[in-house]
Amino acid sequence: MNLWLLAANSIAFGGLLFLLSAGFALIFGLMRIPNLTHGSLFMLGAYFGVSLIAWGVGFWPAALIGGVGVAVLGGLIERLLLRRLPGAELAQVLVTLGLSFMIADACLMQWGGDPISIETPAALRGVSRVAGVAFTTYRLGVIVIAVVFATALWAMLEWTRLGAMIRAGVDDPMMARAVGIRVPLLFTVVFCLGSGLAGFAGVIGGPILSVYPGLDQDMLPLALVVVILGGSGSLVGAFVGSFLVGVLYNFGQALLPELAYVVLFLPMLVVLVVRPAGLFGRSSP
Amino acid sequence: MRRLASPGALLLALALLASLPAWIGNSYYVNIASQVLLYAVFALGLNVIVGYAGLVSLGHAGLFGIAAYSGAILINAGHGHFLSIVGALVVTLGAAALFAVLALRGTGLGFVMITVALGQIVWGVAYRWISLTNGDNGVSITSRPAPFGLSLADANPFYWATLVVFLVAVAAIAIFVASPFGASLRGTRDQPRRMNALGYDVWLIRFLAFLFSGLWSGVAGLLFLYYNQFVSPQMVALTASAEVLLMVISGGTATLLGPIAGALLVVVMKNVASAYIERWNFVLGAIFVAIVIFMPDGLVPGSLRLWRWSLRRGRQLLAGPAAMAAVPPGNGNGGGP
Repeated sequence: MNLWLLAANSIAFGGLLFLLSAGFALIFGLMRIPNLTHGSLFMLGAYFGVSLIAWGVGFWPAALIGGVGVAVLGGLIERLLLRRLPGAELAQVLVTLGLSFMIADACLMQWGGDPISIETPAALRGVSRVAGVAFTTYRLGVIVIAVVFATALWAMLEWTRLGAMIRAGVDDPMMARAVGIRVPLLFTVVFCLGSGLAGFAGVIGGPILSVYPGLDQDMLPLALVVVILGGSGSLVGAFVGSFLVGVLYNFGQALLPELAYVVLFLPMLVVLVVRPAGLFGRSSP
Repeated sequence: MRRLASPGALLLALALLASLPAWIGNSYYVNIASQVLLYAVFALGLNVIVGYAGLVSLGHAGLFGIAAYSGAILINAGHGHFLSIVGALVVTLGAAALFAVLALRGTGLGFVMITVALGQIVWGVAYRWISLTNGDNGVSITSRPAPFGLSLADANPFYWATLVVFLVAVAAIAIFVASPFGASLRGTRDQPRRMNALGYDVWLIRFLAFLFSGLWSGVAGLLFLYYNQFVSPQMVALTASAEVLLMVISGGTATLLGPIAGALLVVVMKNVASAYIERWNFVLGAIFVAIVIFMPDGLVPGSLRLWRWSLRRGRQLLAGPAAMAAVPPGNGNGGGP
């Protein structure tokens, strides 16, 4: 029973991680930008959600508005700062890191140092039984949301014109430019999309994780591990990696609490040694 | 390599540094000077890998912390200071070797990401492995060492001891950089494929440089431990790695003076800023962004460039209006030393 619950929680957490890291993987894969603000955007989304709900907005609209707000901020970061530093990886690392400190401190100023929990939406409170095992309804909901988003993103990437352009940009940015794809515009779109997903995930994760200073530093390494495990620029990789990390993290916390971080990062190190491009990444960038 | 300064200037700087406690007087400021020196050792060590090898590490606070933690744990287990220091440095070198083997699987972004992850593992162990590290409460030690019978308990003797370590670090790193090995390291930064074609083992060169860098990070970690007589997970966090990286970048990478200037800037700013404003992290982040956007090659090369430009400009003004084709201080002319 306990093991079932743990498994369900792991999968729900994996779903949340997917929402967070899908954008990170796309940004990393397409733009080659290690977006170290990604954890901060997640946290910021969650805090936006807190404020919106406090002003009387419903949970779901708050999640959407929070996501859009963070997407706009992400777009501004890309346009105003990262756009000036094409190809300068060190500079991008520093700017995104600097921004993450600023966002973290601004959040501390605005929302204080105490953890704030977001209340579970009324419709998903309580416990459901699936095949005789009890699950928290909300966590099942998170799994459904993650699967819906994964499917939508996958369909977008595979079947739409925008998706084809993104794939072209990931595979061969020079050639994509040469055939007339407006890669800079694509960058902005993908950055907004990735940021928005992170912000949305922050609100959705609120009832499970609650929101607290340091949430950003907790989430960023997880997104990093997901992308290193799954391979950058690969949606399938992010999907599989997320659930893998979700399971490792939750089982690690429960079974080996003192070494949870080692349990989490060890498989990543093994993958790095055996297959540096990640499980689903291309071997040559 | 170009000479850094004339022997006279060097001697003057040495005399100033050595007599610092005498003309500062106040032990609070002497302690800040010790902090600057110990962080300068850390930044110099990191600069070996960031500046000369061209590999950006965001996991060096992990090595810094491993040295401090293993030193503290050895001391608390009842070992002498000498043995604990040697033991801690051996552990740090081992960890640095492990870090290097893993991180050197990638270059560029891959390297950054892996070092972030490795740093976070160390943080996770420091924070969660409570039976070993006492978790969030950290580990305290009760005494500073007394080499040759000289107690380092007070601010001034500790400053002088730190100064000696700092000078050794500067000398060692200057020799390292000027050596043929240093030249080959810069070669792997600028032209890794050509170096490979010339028969150099690029991986091995980077690996050894990482060990050297890790060693000085460990030395700085031990200085930190003795300075505070306390270690906590905070000093292993990503923020700590970022802070020392800021020192290297803000001062100017691949220069000897840059990381020292950066350490001075950041430590002084941190102490001044934290006295007046609560929001040090916000300021730190803003400085990061501003430096990257406005002074991409660091403060020392940036100010040198500005200084040379103003000299030239001054001469042109003296030479008369005909020669006044002013050259803007762009990135093109000269850059770093």
